[in-house]
Amino acid sequence: MSGDVAAALREPWDSLRRQREAAEFGVWIFLGSEALLFAGLLLAFAVNRTLHPAGFAASGRETDIVFGTVNTLVLLTSSLAMAVGSEAARAGLRRLALRALATVLLLGLTFLVLKGFEWAKDLREQLWPGAGFRLAEPGARLFFGLYWTMTALHALHLAGGLAVVGWLSWQGWRGTRPLGSPAFQVAALYWHLVDVVWILLYPLLYLGGRA
Amino acid sequence: MSGITADDAMAEAPQERQGDSYLTAETGLASWLLTTDHKRVALLYAAALTAFFFIGGAAAVLIRLELFTPASDLVSAEGYNRLFTLHGLVMVWFFLVPAIPNTLGNFLLPLMIGARDLAFPRLNLFSWYLFMGAGLLLLAALLLGGVDTGWTFYTPFSTGYAHSNVLLAALAVVLVGFSSVATGVNMLATVHLLRAPGMGWFRLPLLVWSIYGTALVMVLATPVLAAALLLVVAERAFGLPIFDPRQGGDPLLFQHLFWFYSHPAVYIMILPAFGVVSEIVPCFARRRIFGYTFMVYAILMIALLGFLVWGHHMFVSGQSLYASLVFSFLSFVIAVPSAIKVFNWSFTLYRGQISFQAPMLYALGFIGLFTLGGLTGLVLASVPVNRHVTDTYYVVAHFHFIMVGGAVTALYGGLHFWWPKITGRMPPDGWARFAAVLMFFGFSFTFFPMFVMGFLGMPRRYASYPPEFQVWHVLASAGAVLLAAAYLLPMGYLAWSLVRGRRAGDDPWNATGLEWRTASPPPRDNFRVPPIVEEAAYLYHPRHEGPRHEEQEPHRDQGGGT
Ligand SMILES: [Cu+2]
Repeated sequence: MSGDVAAALREPWDSLRRQREAAEFGVWIFLGSEALLFAGLLLAFAVNRTLHPAGFAASGRETDIVFGTVNTLVLLTSSLAMAVGSEAARAGLRRLALRALATVLLLGLTFLVLKGFEWAKDLREQLWPGAGFRLAEPGARLFFGLYWTMTALHALHLAGGLAVVGWLSWQGWRGTRPLGSPAFQVAALYWHLVDVVWILLYPLLYLGGRA
Repeated sequence: MSGITADDAMAEAPQERQGDSYLTAETGLASWLLTTDHKRVALLYAAALTAFFFIGGAAAVLIRLELFTPASDLVSAEGYNRLFTLHGLVMVWFFLVPAIPNTLGNFLLPLMIGARDLAFPRLNLFSWYLFMGAGLLLLAALLLGGVDTGWTFYTPFSTGYAHSNVLLAALAVVLVGFSSVATGVNMLATVHLLRAPGMGWFRLPLLVWSIYGTALVMVLATPVLAAALLLVVAERAFGLPIFDPRQGGDPLLFQHLFWFYSHPAVYIMILPAFGVVSEIVPCFARRRIFGYTFMVYAILMIALLGFLVWGHHMFVSGQSLYASLVFSFLSFVIAVPSAIKVFNWSFTLYRGQISFQAPMLYALGFIGLFTLGGLTGLVLASVPVNRHVTDTYYVVAHFHFIMVGGAVTALYGGLHFWWPKITGRMPPDGWARFAAVLMFFGFSFTFFPMFVMGFLGMPRRYASYPPEFQVWHVLASAGAVLLAAAYLLPMGYLAWSLVRGRRAGDDPWNATGLEWRTASPPPRDNFRVPPIVEEAAYLYHPRHEGPRHEEQEPHRDQGGGT
């Protein structure tokens, strides 16, 4: 393992423990920043929901709850796999780590594909708030303006997460990145954030108006 | 003048160093463009910022030229909109926000805490590339015809009506924001985890503290700006209604989100300047900084309260009067920590053994201009007066006193102070003092008349104006000539000093920080012997005595424990 530690150690650190601490500290700060990015959008949602309660409730009934719920389950499971993968990497369990990361990639891709089908269905049902928008309630256009913006931004974050996890898995599989590298835990923290954002979006976009 | 001069320091520290400095350790273009050395990245940033300073400055020159006469004769009203938007966008996001943190901060932060580099050296380089990418986007927006929304991107104008490159500019600002966040994360992690043995939190030099506070604000405020601008992009590019009042949206929501970032952004610009001045003043007064602990808490208070006052930009927007009163009150409260800092600098001077070398002249100029900028901020924070001067030149003068008279003056002061450390050469002191004095007067002539004309009712953002204001505009434009000279002059003599300047010792100003305990310029890894810290910062004289006035005090470097 000492060769492994040496390979994972980077400038300007003297110890891997300290380096890992810094990487996790750094990513927590970054997650705080990301949280505020989505907080800005959630604030916009909250304000408009207060201004147009009826329109938002009516719109919430129009989103596809099946796609939404299945995707929530997919994403939660992927977070579990990510947690297993990152801990397995830290423990040096190569096979388990790589399998778990592969599961993450698979589930993440599943989410995006399902999301794509859902968007296609939304477009068919004329839920794009442009010309020919189907709903007439005041505020419905705003709901769907935010729906498209927030789900798109979330999907972008997920795609970014997929790229990072894919890259790390490839490096881990090829052996160019030692499993002791803090990058696995960093990627896991980011993945969980993307998950948490979805957990906030799900009730706002799919459950509102359905109670 | 009884102060120390660089010559004395030279005599004490003969320069025969073995080994390469960071400047000569590697050569070739790739060694710069792919460097992860925080000192080289600082210079990359400095080069890019200089270019943007010229672009934004050129726009300012054209603005002052246009305003020389009451008629709009040089540019059309439309062209004028694009000019001041260009000036604002470039100066705020591509010059002032990164000015001190990414150049001096990048260079000095690891040195001041005794580290080999920043916590994430590759992220540091990456943030520079993000910055350059954003800069190219912005330049594209400008070359394709510019932007006419003002730097504030107010909706519904920006989303529904503006016929200019709003999208490119907004994306450029989002991207440069990510570069800011990367820098902030890096600096926070560095201060938390890379301090040298013995460098406790309350032994940190105040520049480190102020960059720490700045980094916090960068990380927590910038994403909200990104959210606001992404919503503008969604509405403008994809027709997704968010702020559009015709579809039930609320344009004021944009203003809230925008100012939630853009008021704290003022502190991103001015906090690092506080740090620079807090380093210079004790050194040239040969005094410990007065009230170190209060200075630290003041920085943190400002960083925190900065998030709670954004509504003072919206007093006339129609927001609730009660909200305005709360924001007004909090804006008065935030003046307290700023005033503490001004008083503490003044007390540091009291009975100090002051020498008026160039960095000190800049620092003193900063204190004067910042104080005036801060006090007029109080005038603006009071709701009834604000009604009177909203959107006038009074506001323009106020924020230029803070951001230009304050932040840019401090940047120049810091540049002169650390020039010997960065380059190994002394700036020519005579020229430097002349430039510092010229900058103070040039600045005052340019911007003080704006207080007067603003109070008399001259509105901002107009290319033409009633003739009764011409005398003030002519004064301002004439002052701008002096100011431009004062900004250009140091670029000339500092470049000259690279070749012909006297070589600097390790510690030419007899200052105390760890950065002076290594060679000038420092080696690639900053310190040949890793420093150990056993003392607080600013040990310019024994704790319970003031400095004696006849001879220069022996001082102890902060890393004296090694
Ligand atoms: Cu403000």
